[in-house]
Amino acid sequence: MIRTEEMLLNVGPQHPSTHGVFRLVIKIDGEIITEAKPVIGYLHRGTEKLAENLQYTQIIPYTDRMDYLSAMTNNYVICHAVETMMGIEVPERAEYLRVIAMELGRIASHLVWWGTYLLDIGAVSPFLYAFREREMIINLLNELSGARLTFNYMRVGGVKWDAPEGWIEKVKDFVPYMRNQLKGYHELVTGNEIFIYRVKGVGKYTKEDALNFSLSGANLRCTGVKWDLRKDEPYSIYDRFQFDVPVQTGGDAWARYHVRLAEIEESLKILEQAVEQFPSEGKIMAKVPKIIKPPKGEAYVRIESPRGEIGCYIASDGKKEPYRLRFRRPSFYNLQILPKLLVGENIANLIAILGAIDIVLGEVDG
Amino acid sequence: MVDDLLNSSPGLQNFGIFFLLAAGLMLVVLGFVTYAILAERKVMGFMQLRHGPNQVGGRWGLLQTVADVLKLLLKEDTIPKLADKPLFILAPVLAFAPAFMVLATIPFTDKLQFADIGVGLLYYIAISGLSTIGIVVGGWASNNKYALLGGMRAAAQMISYEIPLVMSVLGVILLSGSLNLNEIVEAQKDGWFIILQPIAFIVFFIASVAELNRVPFDLPEAESELVAGFHVEYSGFRWAFFMLAEYVYLFAMASLTTVLFLGGWLPLPFLDFIPGAVWFAIKFSIIVFVLIWFRVAFPRIRADQLMEFGWKVLLPAALANIFLTAFIKELF
Repeated sequence: MIRTEEMLLNVGPQHPSTHGVFRLVIKIDGEIITEAKPVIGYLHRGTEKLAENLQYTQIIPYTDRMDYLSAMTNNYVICHAVETMMGIEVPERAEYLRVIAMELGRIASHLVWWGTYLLDIGAVSPFLYAFREREMIINLLNELSGARLTFNYMRVGGVKWDAPEGWIEKVKDFVPYMRNQLKGYHELVTGNEIFIYRVKGVGKYTKEDALNFSLSGANLRCTGVKWDLRKDEPYSIYDRFQFDVPVQTGGDAWARYHVRLAEIEESLKILEQAVEQFPSEGKIMAKVPKIIKPPKGEAYVRIESPRGEIGCYIASDGKKEPYRLRFRRPSFYNLQILPKLLVGENIANLIAILGAIDIVLGEVDG
Repeated sequence: MVDDLLNSSPGLQNFGIFFLLAAGLMLVVLGFVTYAILAERKVMGFMQLRHGPNQVGGRWGLLQTVADVLKLLLKEDTIPKLADKPLFILAPVLAFAPAFMVLATIPFTDKLQFADIGVGLLYYIAISGLSTIGIVVGGWASNNKYALLGGMRAAAQMISYEIPLVMSVLGVILLSGSLNLNEIVEAQKDGWFIILQPIAFIVFFIASVAELNRVPFDLPEAESELVAGFHVEYSGFRWAFFMLAEYVYLFAMASLTTVLFLGGWLPLPFLDFIPGAVWFAIKFSIIVFVLIWFRVAFPRIRADQLMEFGWKVLLPAALANIFLTAFIKELF
């Protein structure tokens, strides 16, 4: 008499492919998943609650630790929110430095995604190639801010440090180098039959699903929705640059892969123009009071992070600490669709689908 | 010499000689494994912008593997509380023994061969299939869900790829008219079978990579999916035995490929002053290098795609090859 039994499998929190401390409880029949339940919160630090007892400048280091793969965008969103509330005009040079730093961060973040995704699929080498380029970006940002990951670079009203001598030239040299390497990436991976076979049609969802689940970033653009806040609600000085918003219509992991790699190219375009237009002199800090006290009221701003739409809501009662602070953390929203995608897939696809969403657990758990 | 021994009556002296010969071969194989691992790390390091081992044993890290093995020997030997103890202990041996046994029939040169049996190829294929049992048993006995999945994958994979492997070899057998590995090599005097049997070679090579559980067919271990697959609960020397089996099997498979398709010890024209053993070593090394190269370059295939590929692509290709070979042989 043959008896079949459903198996309950704990994937994570120490599994190598969950990108941190993410846990997934799955019920499997053979290798086919019948039910998936994500468990999050292992990395919860209560950033939002902590912020209620901190001055605005003190909150910035906490945002570094949310999406630690592209901390610059997080820095920006909180500064941008406070600046919006107080109506501060940021000097041009500072804005350029911010944009250059954010776009470098975006490239670095996508490189990490590219490398680790290929690692999930089973290829080890691309990871090392991606990290070679990422290392160069991190060195650049290190020269700028003095830290490799947790930059704490931006301030309300500008940036903390000016670009060191020769730094802009280094960024200038990096752009053609990165373009060339990107070609190599496409040669090595994009045309690989096994890779195409693994990701095409995997983790597919429709435009409606994507909108209903409030997905953003590459996860949304892979379904054909052309939505990029840098273009649609230009903040900072993004309206000065010529760039495209890459869109795919497949809605699967393959489409997401293409969107992300194309985004690296677009970021390089922005960098090129930003370096070209970079003002040779000027202030890097606006006139800001020593103790920042936004007026009573509230504000919500949103910008485009590498993972999607990152938002910051501040409710102020006129004190030097926020009354309430909240972040819209894109990874957290993007992760919601996972249980729906996993049913009926096998374990190998689980890894491919989870990887393609591109989560950062620091951001998911807040 | 070995033939005389095989034909003489069994006795303690004969047994002793056999034992010593086997021990000798074992040492050669262990030497190979030690430096194959080092070579793999070095080649991978070179391709992946890393240095590879460069501390223990001088600039080239020549003693790195030795140090690793010593470490494994000293490691605590853990057996999970709820594991099936006898099977858990037996599994690494079951995986290792067949990989070593098949080496007996490989003709390294026209003289250096341990058993020149008439059905050498059949012996190889039959015995090598047994090592799967070790992996399945290891996966089952660990009482771990990931290990179980790895073991089951291994079983499915081995069965699917054993068949195209055998079928592709049939083309070679048709041409050489023998199952004896020595005669197969002799039959390649006029042209290596890689030229006469290109389809068979490709099918055989892909299937052998799958048999070896190497990238892109490393599903039973699949680090990013199953953590470590069937050997997730193994540590210390038992784990080392699984690794040893894998590399000895690599040694055997590369040797067999050399014998079947690359003309074994036969030299290239006009270069026959170089001894056969060197030729064998060169061809063998090329195969090993290509396998390492695969590991650096390819992502992993999915389990269901693996099955599909084995049954729907490789097997028909191998069958077509047999038909084609027979047809051509009848005509000319």
